[in-house]
Amino acid sequence: MSRPSPSLLSRVVIWVPYLWLLALFLAPFFIVFKISLSQTAIAMPPYTPTFGLSEGWEGLKNAFNSLSFDNYLWVFGDPLYVKAYLSSLKFAAISTVLALLIGYPLAYGMTRAPENLRTIFLMMVILPFWTSFLIRIYAWVAILKPEGLLNQFLLSLGIIKQPLIILNTDLAIYIGIVYSYLPFMVLPLYAALEKMDHSLVEAAQDLGCTPIKAFWKVTFPLSLPGVLAGSMLVFIPAVGEFVVPDLLGGSSTLMIGKTLWAEFFVNRDWPVASAVAILLLLILVLPIVYFQRVQAKARESEV
Amino acid sequence: MAGSWSRFNIISLTLGFAFLYIPIVLLVIYSFNESRLVTVWGGFSFKWYGAMLNNSALMSAAWVTARVALISATLATILGTMAAVALTRYSQFRGRLLFSGMAVAPLVMPEVITGLSLLLLFVAVGLDRGFTTIMLAHTTFAMCYVAVVVQSRLVTFDRSLEEAAMDLGATPARAFFQVTLPVIAPAVIAGWMLAFTLSLDDLVIASFTSGPGATTLPMKIYSQVRLGVTPEINAISTVLIGIVTVGVLAASLFNKRRALRERQG
Repeated sequence: MSRPSPSLLSRVVIWVPYLWLLALFLAPFFIVFKISLSQTAIAMPPYTPTFGLSEGWEGLKNAFNSLSFDNYLWVFGDPLYVKAYLSSLKFAAISTVLALLIGYPLAYGMTRAPENLRTIFLMMVILPFWTSFLIRIYAWVAILKPEGLLNQFLLSLGIIKQPLIILNTDLAIYIGIVYSYLPFMVLPLYAALEKMDHSLVEAAQDLGCTPIKAFWKVTFPLSLPGVLAGSMLVFIPAVGEFVVPDLLGGSSTLMIGKTLWAEFFVNRDWPVASAVAILLLLILVLPIVYFQRVQAKARESEV
Repeated sequence: MAGSWSRFNIISLTLGFAFLYIPIVLLVIYSFNESRLVTVWGGFSFKWYGAMLNNSALMSAAWVTARVALISATLATILGTMAAVALTRYSQFRGRLLFSGMAVAPLVMPEVITGLSLLLLFVAVGLDRGFTTIMLAHTTFAMCYVAVVVQSRLVTFDRSLEEAAMDLGATPARAFFQVTLPVIAPAVIAGWMLAFTLSLDDLVIASFTSGPGATTLPMKIYSQVRLGVTPEINAISTVLIGIVTVGVLAASLFNKRRALRERQG
């Protein structure tokens, strides 16, 4: 192409969003890190700055000497935080598996549906995703309450004699997470399964595979990119989930998102909240980087 | 079974969609409940919609949310589209890897981290927390969603169209606005809608970045839900669900027509 490099325009197009993200996405993490190393103070903002550039080199040196990892030691020293991290990972992992178990047959059923129904089904999966997360969780409160709709229904059928206690238990959290993140699981699965050439399954069956064996030998391996993308999209945000454990879980439920929120809004301990956030980020860095790799690869293969 | 619409598929679709829709449907039904008790049916009534409209705190929160969502969705669409163009068109510039990483990371970043980090930034630079900070925060995470949506459309766009326009003498900017933008418009509009609903919906990031005087609707709903389920919340939720449903259906209908026209024309 004999086109002069559209230098000014391309620079604007690249640098405006780039600088925006640098300033409002990347820089804040450094501030979080910085504050996680400072001391809690009863003031507003409630921490003593550990290092600021305003005091010049001398101030920076002094500040460096008083750098403190106290908040991290505090977080590690308290079994409550460690338990909260571990139980968040457990909730997220089990929810991801449950979402896969529900989402896979759904996505598979969608791809096998007649063509004109497929678009409608796709819309039906996307629609809840557009509907308020908070409202969808709130809907479950009325269903799962001891005097709620589920118990009324089961009692009236005579299936149970006593109301089931589901709200404010771990089970409610699983229901909430699976429910809110199910579209994130179904959409990548659907995309992977729809691309698949179904004649491969037919070939396997012609060669003597039972339908179940053909599924495990052909369909499932080919849908693996969708399985991975969907699982990441459920797992990563679920680890730091706040709304679900707060509204559906009990007071003893430990999840790190809730702990961070309480540290910040209830205890007003910003440095400890920052340390909790940094550690949560460290736990999630690997899955996030992996997810980005998968995304980048998928995008390249599209081109 | 090969190519068939088997019983297993029908059952899994029925159960899956029942799981997705029953809670929403129940919520909508009970918003028309006469009784104050959310779980006891006391007859059909619109009274909670009236109560909702007379609840001035709820209404002013809705107004704040609408303004934040409109402004941040528009900013996010401009920034996100630029990011998408930058990432698909320019394969080499300094820091491209970092840029593409930052454009995807907010999609999976736990909201508590995004919220906390943005708040600490606003405090560090001395920006008063309130309407502006919520708007900036929403723009930041929503632009990444827009970028992903627009990017997926841009990669399938035939660039020779734009090059032809430039060979005929159009400036790159003009070629973009007259040739490329009309083609990717459905994705840009979808991105705007997505950004709008994300902003409308956000509780966690808004709670961190808001200050006194700027309460958004999700924050208001959340504080009421914590006190217990009320039919008024069902009513406002139904209104929100209605808006989103109409918007999504209208957009898909519009896209379908457009695709049909393109195929014919």
